Amino acid sequence: MTIIASLRGLERGFANGVKALGPIDLDIREGEFLSLLGPSGCGKSTALRVIAGLLAPSSGTLTFPNGRPRIGYVFQDPTLMPWATARENVRLPPELEGLKRAESDTIADAALARVGLSDFAGAFPRALSGGMRMRVSIARALAGRPRLLLMDEPFAALDEINRDALNEDLLKLWRQDGLTIVFVTHSVYESAFLSTRIVTLTQRQGRIASELALASPDDRTSEWRMTPQFADTARQVSRALRASVTVAA
Amino acid sequence: MNPRSLRTLLPLALGIAVLMLWEGLVRAYEVPRFVLPAPSAIWDALIADLPSLMGSLWVTFRITLIAFALAVVTGVALAILFSQSRTVEMMLYPYAVVLQVTPVVAIAPLIVIWVGFERINLALLILAWIVAFFPILSNTTLGLRSADHNLVDLFRLHGASRLQILKRLRLPSALPHLLNGMKTSGGLALIGTVVAEYGAGSGTATGLAWRIIEAGNRLQIARMFAALLLLALLGIAIFFALALLEYWVLRQWHESAVTQEK
Repeated sequence: MTIIASLRGLERGFANGVKALGPIDLDIREGEFLSLLGPSGCGKSTALRVIAGLLAPSSGTLTFPNGRPRIGYVFQDPTLMPWATARENVRLPPELEGLKRAESDTIADAALARVGLSDFAGAFPRALSGGMRMRVSIARALAGRPRLLLMDEPFAALDEINRDALNEDLLKLWRQDGLTIVFVTHSVYESAFLSTRIVTLTQRQGRIASELALASPDDRTSEWRMTPQFADTARQVSRALRASVTVAA
Repeated sequence: MNPRSLRTLLPLALGIAVLMLWEGLVRAYEVPRFVLPAPSAIWDALIADLPSLMGSLWVTFRITLIAFALAVVTGVALAILFSQSRTVEMMLYPYAVVLQVTPVVAIAPLIVIWVGFERINLALLILAWIVAFFPILSNTTLGLRSADHNLVDLFRLHGASRLQILKRLRLPSALPHLLNGMKTSGGLALIGTVVAEYGAGSGTATGLAWRIIEAGNRLQIARMFAALLLLALLGIAIFFALALLEYWVLRQWHESAVTQEK
């Protein structure tokens, strides 16, 4: 299996010298849906920021064996520009890349259509609901045409109905585009539903505690949530998470 | 009656009641005009002196406006410089504070001497600018710095240059802060102009403040009130114009679907 990014002995400390992450060794495989699961403050977000190149590792290496892929990033908050419409927000990545306005608009409109917000292209963020704003945020990431999509607890602030709907839509996008997704979460059920692989992190130093490959069906829908198999998966993930927290304590 | 019209009618009713009481008391007790003129006398003075008062109002207004415009331009420019260079900010900011905390009345005579009485309007302009400048600088600096950190990261992730981040992220983020600073600064520009005129203390100044000093020296109290009234009206007009501008600009962020980029 092709490796898209490889972390070796990777560490990152805070300015005060306290270790925020690692050392961790992790290979991100092309096409996988990898969840980083752990309690708050375990360095999950730090890991994403390092992979995105927004933070330099304090030691260890981050390599991209086949060159740095196009990266998309979705934050916990929608993080939209309030003075710009949905379309203007979404066309930001292609515009910054230097594409023409018309091309950027075409890309933005296609991305908005994919998250079901074609009718809201001209709406300002304040006029949209929390779930819709998060969809705009995802559309913006898609507009950057990423191969690697990094998501930092994107649905943590949403109600369960919105969250479930977005989980299913995200899986669809992942499958259609053959995306590689690294998804940070502290939700057992979310990671059990979405992932092909889960890595749990320890409470404090942010090391890898355990790794779980999930054998979930490809077409996971809301039906899948109701099956005993899903319950089994969730139980397995929950056990792994608990073990990784006690390791550190 | 709806609360909105109450909001207009209540203060209006109070104002009219106070004016009537004032008029009645002054007439009943025959208060001398040089102590407290009746509202009607103030109105008469206003009408009689209107041409000369309007001339002075225009002088004061023009200095205020130019000082304010200069404050906005220089304040925003310096704030942008600060946002781009921490060194420049550390070097200059304390002096900006010194300029701000030194009372303008105390600097006025010095500036007037330096600039010269023959160019008194320039001296007034400089003094009003000193007063109006700081709220623009501090609010814009704060605004430029308060751009969403995650958005800054997103811009960087997609390869934005510093200039792009400034133009497309930091400046729009600073806009609400700037508009708020402008509301403070607009009023201060007027106060600065008036105080500077007092501080200059010279007959070569021809603004409203000088009219007040002049009328005071001659015990023309009604005229003083008339000039004061015009000053207050000017201050209110400036505030409302800027509040309206703020409302109009920020309203587009969520109400209108019009793109604000070219």
